[in-house]
Amino acid sequence: MSTNNEATDFQGLVCPAPLLPQDHIEMAHGSGGRLMQGLIRQRFLPAFENSALSAGNDGALVAVTQCGRLVVSTDAHVVSPLFFPGGDIGRLAVCGTVNDVAMMGARPLFLTASFIIEEGLPIETLQMVLASMSAASLEAGVQIVAGDTKVVQKGCADGLFISTTGIGALLVNPDEIGGANARPGDAVLLSGSIGDHGIAVLAARGDLGFEAGVASDVAPLNSLVERTLETSEQVHVMRDPTRGGLATTLNEIAAQSNVGIVIREEAIPVRPAVQAACEMLGFDPLYIANEGKAVVIVAAEDAPAILETMRAHPLGGGAVLIGEVVAEPPGRVLMQTRIGTHRVVDSLSGELLPRIC
Amino acid sequence: MKYLDEFRDEELAQGILAQIRRVLSRPWVLMEICGGQTHAIKRYGIDQLLPPEIELVHGPGCPVCVTPLEQIDKALAIASRPDVTFTSYGDMLRVPGSGRNLFSVRATGGDVRVVYSPLDAVRIAQTQPGRQVVFFAIGFETTAPANAMAVARAKELGLDNFTVLVSHVRVPPAMRAILESPHNRVQGFLAAGHVCAVMGYWEYPAIAKQYDVPIVVTGFEPVDILRGILHAVRLLESGRADVENAYSRTVTPEGNRPAQALIEKVFMQTDRNWRGIGRIPMSGWSLRPAYADFDAELRFDVAAIAPQESPLCIAGQILQGHRKPLDCPAFGSECRPESPLGATMVSSEGACSAYYQYAGSAAAAGE
Repeated sequence: MSTNNEATDFQGLVCPAPLLPQDHIEMAHGSGGRLMQGLIRQRFLPAFENSALSAGNDGALVAVTQCGRLVVSTDAHVVSPLFFPGGDIGRLAVCGTVNDVAMMGARPLFLTASFIIEEGLPIETLQMVLASMSAASLEAGVQIVAGDTKVVQKGCADGLFISTTGIGALLVNPDEIGGANARPGDAVLLSGSIGDHGIAVLAARGDLGFEAGVASDVAPLNSLVERTLETSEQVHVMRDPTRGGLATTLNEIAAQSNVGIVIREEAIPVRPAVQAACEMLGFDPLYIANEGKAVVIVAAEDAPAILETMRAHPLGGGAVLIGEVVAEPPGRVLMQTRIGTHRVVDSLSGELLPRIC
Repeated sequence: MKYLDEFRDEELAQGILAQIRRVLSRPWVLMEICGGQTHAIKRYGIDQLLPPEIELVHGPGCPVCVTPLEQIDKALAIASRPDVTFTSYGDMLRVPGSGRNLFSVRATGGDVRVVYSPLDAVRIAQTQPGRQVVFFAIGFETTAPANAMAVARAKELGLDNFTVLVSHVRVPPAMRAILESPHNRVQGFLAAGHVCAVMGYWEYPAIAKQYDVPIVVTGFEPVDILRGILHAVRLLESGRADVENAYSRTVTPEGNRPAQALIEKVFMQTDRNWRGIGRIPMSGWSLRPAYADFDAELRFDVAAIAPQESPLCIAGQILQGHRKPLDCPAFGSECRPESPLGATMVSSEGACSAYYQYAGSAAAAGE
């Protein structure tokens, strides 16, 4: 750092060499040349530090010792804005895939990540996203072992898209856990309040004209899942109710298992701020996205023990019994309303649209 | 949640139901005017709780549903123009025009944006002086004040790139049209609470008296709706064609005077086509001549658009209370939320959508 009193130091670049872009991503960052190598070396490798990635080969060589079966899942992540209360696209990209692998009854081990970056994205923004991915992968206990970056012209992407693929080791017998395994008499458990992520992102866009005061619940659920699996051998279904919300997830399970599911409106936890935002916009929290919640369907006798386990976990403090699996009507989700009647809860149809008045 | 949970209380609801059963001596047909009420009725299964003597028929109070096809086709034509940024409440985007909707216009390159308030559209016009910004000003008395304010604001700002495509409608003329229909079955009205919050209910005693029909201003939560039904049944059982307010925590007899003044300043009464129902005299609002510069129909040449409805759709009869969604042969088969024939299957206030969403498509379609 120079001060006014010091003579100018010419020891750095003195000839009129082309300026190396420092602040923003340019097309050259995706060209495969030196600029891209620098970006990877300076930004990506330190954030995701591990030997498989730093070997610098075309693919990552990883060792899987513990079991014979692997779970693979992939997810593309797009969100506007890139940063929102409670998270950002980086955390979302790690947690989304970690959770998909975990819900299969697997321990997520490795992730790969592809970045599609819009020309002009501030490098500082990218750096913040990478730091967030690094923190989330540490939290989840997974390594990001391979990656790719592409840069597209301004206007061809919305800042940054991240696609992640996850590989995990199966912890359970694959016949035991799956969307088709819900049985009449099973208990339906939910790890906490619904709608936080969707409302947090919507409010962060700033076009609602109000602040919701809600943080996204985006979090890696794999340790909660493992504690749950250690508690009971009678877990039949695990799902994370992301896009389409709890209603859509329960409908998928009811259809796959050919059973009915009855939930109680009063038992479903919704934060007052989420409820208020939904009332204003004409949304139903049942259809709002979550990124850190699990639905667990388990033999009724094991439900109390699992609830205790989930509530003792930092990500399952609000775990509750929300309903049960029934034989009839197959493929349908019913809700007992607050006033004691029953109604059908359908899947989300199309895009959620705010009402007029 | 305060002001909501107490109106979704099972014990209170059961208490009101017991009172309804006590005063009820014969069958009655009531119409809830507003689509928001229809959705609450289906969502909470209020119709399952009521004694079988009470039949609820669903009214025309769904702004999206009654917006005429020609206005939607005009919107599609305007939104397709390369120089236009077309803004709308979200609900309108999925409503079918002739063969397509605003979503498909957006997918094929149109600049179509959802706004939460018409003032957002004015702001877009301010920040994009090179583009024509059009707002689709639809709705009942509930949206009219905000839409009037947007036009007044654009005039104050001297904006020459902001216009509105107006398709405003009013509730009282629709009530009269329903009562004058030879097929009318409605014996009492649950008036739309939010419309009355703006307009008051000073227009209603004349209607009640002329057609010998009780009118009860009613809210939107289960307890509110049951309370409205109780008031209506009491009036019917005692033979009184009076107007009562069962939503007094929100509605006063005179309504919101400043909002009414704003509507009066910008809009004037006009004949209006209602989708599926037809032309109702003086049932809508259009811009006053002083605001003609802000009329999208004049700015863009769309006056000649006059399309035809799908012959299968019975939305018009549903909106007048003559028939119910399950009477429609297309319900749940040719007509679904993903591929609607009529707007009643689309809107969050549409009766067909309420039946589909809360009663279940397959069960409701008679499977």
